[in-house]
Amino acid sequence: MPEIPGFVKGLGVTFRTMLKPAVTVQYPREKEAPPVRARGVIALHQENCTVCMLCARSCPDWCIYIEGHKEKAPPRRAGGRPRSVNELDRFDIDYALCMYCGICVDVCPFDALFWSPEYEYSEERIADLLHDKEKLSEWMETVPEAPPLEVGAEAGKK
Amino acid sequence: MAITEHQQRAYIAAQAADARFNVELQTEDMTLNIGPQHPATHGTLRVVARLDGEQVVRADVVCGYMHRGYEKLAEVRTYPQITTLINRIDWLSSFANEVPFILAAEKLMEVEAPPRAQYIRTILFEMARIANITLFIGEMGVQLGAITPAFYAFRDREHVLNQIEAVTGGRFHPNFDRIGGLKDDLPRGWIDETKAVMVRIRGYCDELEELLMGNEIFERRSRGIGVIPAEVGLSYGVSGANIRASGVDWDIRRDEPSPLAWKDLDWRVWTHTDGDSFARYWVRLQETREATKMVDQMLDGLPSGSIQAKVPRIIKVPAGEAWVHTDNPLGEMGYYVVSQGGLGPFRCKIRSASFNNVSVLPWLLRGLYVPDVITVLASLYFILGDIDR
Amino acid sequence: MHAVADLHLAYWQLTSIKVLVILAVIPAAALTFGYVFLMKTMAHMQSRLGPMEPGGFHGWYQLVGDGIKFIQKEDIIPTAADRAIFALAPTVVLVSTFLLFVVIPAGPRLVVQDLDVGIFFALAVSSLSVIGVLMAGWSSANKYSLLGALRAAGQLIAYELPLALGVIGVVVEAGTMSLQGIVRFQQEGNIFGWHGIGDPFILTQGIGFVLFLMAAQAELTQTPFDMPLAESELVAGYTTEYTGFRFLFFYMAETATAFGLAAIAATLFLGGWAVPWVHGTMADVLGPFILGAKIMAVAFLIYWIRFTYPRFREDQLQAIAWKYLIPVSLANILLTGVLKVAF
Repeated sequence: MPEIPGFVKGLGVTFRTMLKPAVTVQYPREKEAPPVRARGVIALHQENCTVCMLCARSCPDWCIYIEGHKEKAPPRRAGGRPRSVNELDRFDIDYALCMYCGICVDVCPFDALFWSPEYEYSEERIADLLHDKEKLSEWMETVPEAPPLEVGAEAGKK
Repeated sequence: MAITEHQQRAYIAAQAADARFNVELQTEDMTLNIGPQHPATHGTLRVVARLDGEQVVRADVVCGYMHRGYEKLAEVRTYPQITTLINRIDWLSSFANEVPFILAAEKLMEVEAPPRAQYIRTILFEMARIANITLFIGEMGVQLGAITPAFYAFRDREHVLNQIEAVTGGRFHPNFDRIGGLKDDLPRGWIDETKAVMVRIRGYCDELEELLMGNEIFERRSRGIGVIPAEVGLSYGVSGANIRASGVDWDIRRDEPSPLAWKDLDWRVWTHTDGDSFARYWVRLQETREATKMVDQMLDGLPSGSIQAKVPRIIKVPAGEAWVHTDNPLGEMGYYVVSQGGLGPFRCKIRSASFNNVSVLPWLLRGLYVPDVITVLASLYFILGDIDR
Repeated sequence: MHAVADLHLAYWQLTSIKVLVILAVIPAAALTFGYVFLMKTMAHMQSRLGPMEPGGFHGWYQLVGDGIKFIQKEDIIPTAADRAIFALAPTVVLVSTFLLFVVIPAGPRLVVQDLDVGIFFALAVSSLSVIGVLMAGWSSANKYSLLGALRAAGQLIAYELPLALGVIGVVVEAGTMSLQGIVRFQQEGNIFGWHGIGDPFILTQGIGFVLFLMAAQAELTQTPFDMPLAESELVAGYTTEYTGFRFLFFYMAETATAFGLAAIAATLFLGGWAVPWVHGTMADVLGPFILGAKIMAVAFLIYWIRFTYPRFREDQLQAIAWKYLIPVSLANILLTGVLKVAF
């Protein structure tokens, strides 16, 4: 049996594709769920932050703006010296500059920053892309649990 | 009989008219600028071609429209920050850009990542290759006029990107490699999902083979066009699938020792003897299939264990120099890292594949017709970020 | 239509009604074609959806909106351009398309004018568009436009021959050049005595059908023969300097010509408005729909090929026309002649 010439087979491919349903997801009516680890937005857990400035220093774009001041807190034991504690005044992340690299989340020694897969926060003004610490704390509600790891992985890392 | 003045004047006028006519007939070569904004070049590449009618007499490549100063940036950034930035050199296969740099830093620190990390690195490397080349396979059709394959490319590539996102959190810029291993381990279910995606990619390769590669029109447009002889290619530094299509059996993954997992796998290097545009397309199609098989083998034989060796929190790489190169999807990519013991390298030289691949164009484009220039540009497959860094 | 039989309209009244119908049909046809094929069919062949939002239901309003957008754009004519010819060129192309529909029958009585030299007229008139292309390229005062126009004109002229020669086989077999006559021949014909589907020429003139389709593809400068337009990636095509409603004319002419050539192919090879068991007034009512269905089938073929194949290089394109299509079409005529006399 003679072989079907290539250009006929090509027609078959397009015809078959036409008969299958299209793969388009009609956003915003239907939305695809991003995976759990997707780097959508960074959330701040204010209680953990000690204003160590590691994240601001390690950001390649310098898009984190932190201001804090020292305050005197009561001593831990009676009769001790008052401790100085860092209080967070300002923690802004400028998402117009952010490269979504995640170095800040990695480097934070106190687990104050988390990734969240939320991505629908586009604004009409670029200035509104500067999220202050209240907004960053709101994102904490969207932070998912870390997914369970594959077989063979060593449990209990970070 | 003497010539009258009238006759003399008429004779001179006729000679002058003749001369004018001859000068007007002499056509000048036309200089044509292909780019920097142009659908055929993948980004802002400018090819200045002098044409004689339809044929290219001389072509010069003007690159640098997308120069972002990576090597200078590397001098003033720390290692994790550079890892983030170099994702964006060859943006279609981002993970593959991180690997040689991290390997160079590990070489200087004399740290070896655990086997599981090396395997997952290789898996992601090959998936980056698949993501990159599936796009090439589709969009070379677009350059030649077949608009449909590009959509199939994007449709099936989406699944690969979803898998990369499931592991790393980023579709295009994973930023996942760390000195000493990887950032995180695989999420549950990833192995089975990825195997299904590999089956899908193999189906895509078969579909494109029927639709485009088997098409007689495609063959007529690409066979014999833009032949790079092996010696010429090697002397210009052409690497990757381009030089393998000219018959040179050279693949850094196989030929040079590397901590990554290629030596444990059963795979072959694909070469073709013709060296024309069709050969380059064919080799890349076979390489994609081969990459899917390699990923399958690695998923089956994934060792268990940790994915990060013990490294200090703040990384300072000891002084020294290291050169590491790998066979990236576009060709040979290498990093020459000079460290003076700081938080970041003192100097980082990036050898990117496309820069050398494009340097063969002035030699290659001579004598080609204008439509064939497009075919050649498409088949050489460069990415502007890779050329200009 | 029913009224036409009872009412005695003067010739000029009848003709002007027919002309108005044509003027309404062609843009509507171009719109429908553009939407169904260029947008929806192409989209589904590429695993996507095409327009979905405009107008709510699967984006049917998309091209209407595009048309209105084009009309309200600024009319820019380059300073160095030859104004009169620049303005006239799209009109020439569009008029040649309109004239094509003068002879295409949509029913036993639904034809503007059933000329005795029907198909000859149709082919002659469709080749007028070459003049429009050259006018566009020349008057644009842009050397790239001129080169593109010359290339396009060369291709169009080269493929006129297979177009015409492929049709001659049909004419020989039907014995008439009138399109109504050809339709009637197919309707009343038989295949070895079986009258079930008449005698559509696609069966006996299969080679002619293929030739006609390939030549039509090239006449419409569609892939795989769209180098003049694709050249616009590199060298600007002949429509570069055209914006706004002038560009709309070109675009509409392209889709309307696709409609017209598909209509001619349907008439010549598939039997046009006729199916063997429908006659009389019923044919007047059903004819347009039957013809429409056949046109869609032929157009599907044309666009299916367009979406699947890469394009030929200009010299390969010309080689195909002169070295392959024309000898094959001449052989086809010879074969048809011999068989017609023999049987």
